[in-house]
Amino acid sequence: MLEYLTLILACQLVGEFAVSAAAVPVPGPVVGMILLFVFLLIKGSVPEQLANVSSGLLNNLSLMFVPAGVGVMVHFEVLGNDALPISVALVTSTLLTIAVTALLMNFLNTKRVDSSNAKVQGDE
Amino acid sequence: MNELAGLWVYLSSSPLLHLTLTLAVFVLASALYKRLRMNPFLNPVLLSVVIIVLILRFTDTGYQTYFEGAQFVHFLLGPATVALAIPLYRQFERIKKSALAIFVSLICGSITSAVSAVLIAWVLGADVMTLISLAPKSVTAPVAMGITEQLGGLPSLTAIVVILTGMIGAMFGPLVLNALKIKDWAARGFAIGTASHGIGTARALQVNELSGAFSGLAMGLNALATSIMLPIVWKFFS
Repeated sequence: MLEYLTLILACQLVGEFAVSAAAVPVPGPVVGMILLFVFLLIKGSVPEQLANVSSGLLNNLSLMFVPAGVGVMVHFEVLGNDALPISVALVTSTLLTIAVTALLMNFLNTKRVDSSNAKVQGDE
Repeated sequence: MNELAGLWVYLSSSPLLHLTLTLAVFVLASALYKRLRMNPFLNPVLLSVVIIVLILRFTDTGYQTYFEGAQFVHFLLGPATVALAIPLYRQFERIKKSALAIFVSLICGSITSAVSAVLIAWVLGADVMTLISLAPKSVTAPVAMGITEQLGGLPSLTAIVVILTGMIGAMFGPLVLNALKIKDWAARGFAIGTASHGIGTARALQVNELSGAFSGLAMGLNALATSIMLPIVWKFFS
């Protein structure tokens, strides 16, 4: 188990180094995620122990946002005079973004399924 | 009595107290959330944050002191992000099949997020610095703060709106998706991840692995897409 925790940390470390060296606009852990993904592609399967470590982390992902959330609320006064426009903009825009993204993806996926079905029927 | 006071002074200066506080409050908040049939207003992250802020106010504790304990939990965000590679790998076949849908939805979602937030705040009279700081609201915090800095906004304000956006998406996103009758877990996860980054992804993972994988993918891709597109869109508007 420890070897896979080390692997995860090593991926993050290499990711952080790569990001600061190449000055790309992606966080180090995201590059680390890509590295671990490439490792899995090469390996061809997910080792059980790695799956255990990762579900231990991912099952508690919500908890990890609490410290940052507390930091935000403590500095709430930064919102200042614009608190109302900011709140309205955040709620409306976030829900709109979810709706647009989901509807588009749903539409494009169903269309694809339809056209591949049509193709199958055409072949017959 | 003096001994007790001494113990308190020792405990409150050690990281253990605030680490325990963070975990205990979250465990309680999660139990309450489940007990009350997952009412979105009682989202465990939001509830924990509110309770901890009140406790810190009440005990006159600074954020610095609190973070000395809470940093151990905060630190795990990095390794957890790396671990998203596992659900991503398991759902890779499905992702390859949806490549075109992913690309188009990502670009449109990313633009909708920035443009709608800026337009609404502008109509309601927010000042320019606020508008800039709002634009990258759907991107994971470190990248969003970098984008704001590049455009000349306030990174500290961006940090706040990013966290709030995450909570809004995690709390109300599923309601919007239900109202629109989106049943495909891939589309649901991808939308949540595009709009509300890691906090949304945490929620998506709890519900379904396919949804979590697509949400994590969307979070990573949107960080990249927004940081490339936003400076270009901004130049076009200003």
